[in-house]
Amino acid sequence: MATTSLLDTSPASTSFLDRSRTIAGPGYNRWLVPPAALAIHLAIGQAYAFSVFNKPLGSLISGDPNAPAPTDWTPGQIGWTFSIAIVLLGLSAAVFGKWLERVGPRKAMMAASLCFGGGFLIGSLGVHLHSLALLYFGYGFVGGIGLGIGYISPVSTLIKWFPDRKGVATGMAIMGFGGGAMIGSPLAVALMNHFKDSAPQGVTPTFIVMGIIYLLFMQFGVWTIRVPADNWAPKGYVPSTEHNALITTGNVSADNAIKTPQFWLLWVVLLTNVTAGIGVLETASPLIQETFSDKFMGSGRGVTAAAAAGFVGLLSLFNLLGRFFWSSASDKLGRKVAYAIYFGLGILLYALIPTLGHNLQLTLYVVVACVIISMYGGGFATAPAYLSDLFGKYQVGAIHGRLLTAWSTAGVLGPLIVHNLHESAVQKGLTGAAAYQNVFYTMAGLLAVGLLADLLVRPVADRYYEKGPVTIEAGGH
Amino acid sequence: MSPQPTSSTPAPNEPATGGSVVLAWLFVGIPLAWGVSQTFIKALALFK
Repeated sequence: MATTSLLDTSPASTSFLDRSRTIAGPGYNRWLVPPAALAIHLAIGQAYAFSVFNKPLGSLISGDPNAPAPTDWTPGQIGWTFSIAIVLLGLSAAVFGKWLERVGPRKAMMAASLCFGGGFLIGSLGVHLHSLALLYFGYGFVGGIGLGIGYISPVSTLIKWFPDRKGVATGMAIMGFGGGAMIGSPLAVALMNHFKDSAPQGVTPTFIVMGIIYLLFMQFGVWTIRVPADNWAPKGYVPSTEHNALITTGNVSADNAIKTPQFWLLWVVLLTNVTAGIGVLETASPLIQETFSDKFMGSGRGVTAAAAAGFVGLLSLFNLLGRFFWSSASDKLGRKVAYAIYFGLGILLYALIPTLGHNLQLTLYVVVACVIISMYGGGFATAPAYLSDLFGKYQVGAIHGRLLTAWSTAGVLGPLIVHNLHESAVQKGLTGAAAYQNVFYTMAGLLAVGLLADLLVRPVADRYYEKGPVTIEAGGH
Repeated sequence: MSPQPTSSTPAPNEPATGGSVVLAWLFVGIPLAWGVSQTFIKALALFK
């Protein structure tokens, strides 16, 4: 076996990481691919639980989370770690997408595991030395690259294995990203409790252990993933003969895809869906506590901090379930109709939320918020199948990577809109549901823009398609 | 459902049995179920 580097894509390289070594032989069961993908997404989904480190990281010097020392890191400084990671997610997915198509999912998954696990380890050094720059570089920059490569690494492979159930397959994987926070958060809390006597707040050893755990867990995906042989199709699979102009039989390269209006319409679709969803997720805890406080509900009947944490947990659960449910439903509904439901129903529900808050209808408020978040997750999970329908399977991973820059943009835009509108309402003396109503009405307006973009999606013009047959190996050239 | 051999030459891979599929799903399913249960327990506080 030749010794090759991760980025070595020369024809002579024959490492077990190479695409040629991952082509499935006869007898390989395609239902092994979703767990391989889940191993990656469950790990990198930890990023959404980074806030669990906020208080411990902010009291490394003082040792008391409720009384930080002047030299302790501020919440704003710590928050940048997550922001850098999310920006790097989008950028690296866009930059490394074509490389992934060329080298195959196994090498990409290995790179993702090294970056994500390594990011934790470098970050642990930053925590140990109390160096914010090293924390940003480790968890934010290196870990963020791992997030981006890891997020897109199994997508095109899943679509190739499940041409008959693209939404189900990608929904299963991307569901893992939603579930990752549910594992990462209690795991981090348990480890910090375990190590609290051996290091300030137990953060440094927790970072080290989590880095190693995730590195090893992701190896399951690296070793299990396989790509189907060329022209493979599931037994008994007959492509639908029902004419659907939005499902192409051709192939568009990543470079050509970004020249099409369809790509940018989908970019707007993802941007608006994510921006609106982040608006709710970002403020979920203060939102429900302020809307249903003792002042409005009566003494002792308001939503407590513990109950608000339960609300956040419930939203995470519906974010996860929505990724699988809505993406699977899109196989039957069609992607355009599915997004029209996310946006159409979303506009109604976002507009309804302030009224439910004013009327103090807590149960209905929670139910509506859960449905909204399920569609936010559904929007993420349906995107790869929509891209595959429009642009073909040829470089769908790379195209998906470029689309994820919309996520990075939304990650900045969503919180910015929410904080500014809420701050402005508070300055006007508004409280409770009234302090958030402009946030929800603005998000409903954003969803209307997304709905319009979705409705404008038409089949891709012939001039963008590759001429003649394409092969995966040619995909990166 | 198993793949059908095609024109390309697949690398010699081990065939996957039903048992290995179950094990693979357990490997990712157990931590996911643990995470979901922890979240669910936390969510119950909302209804107390």
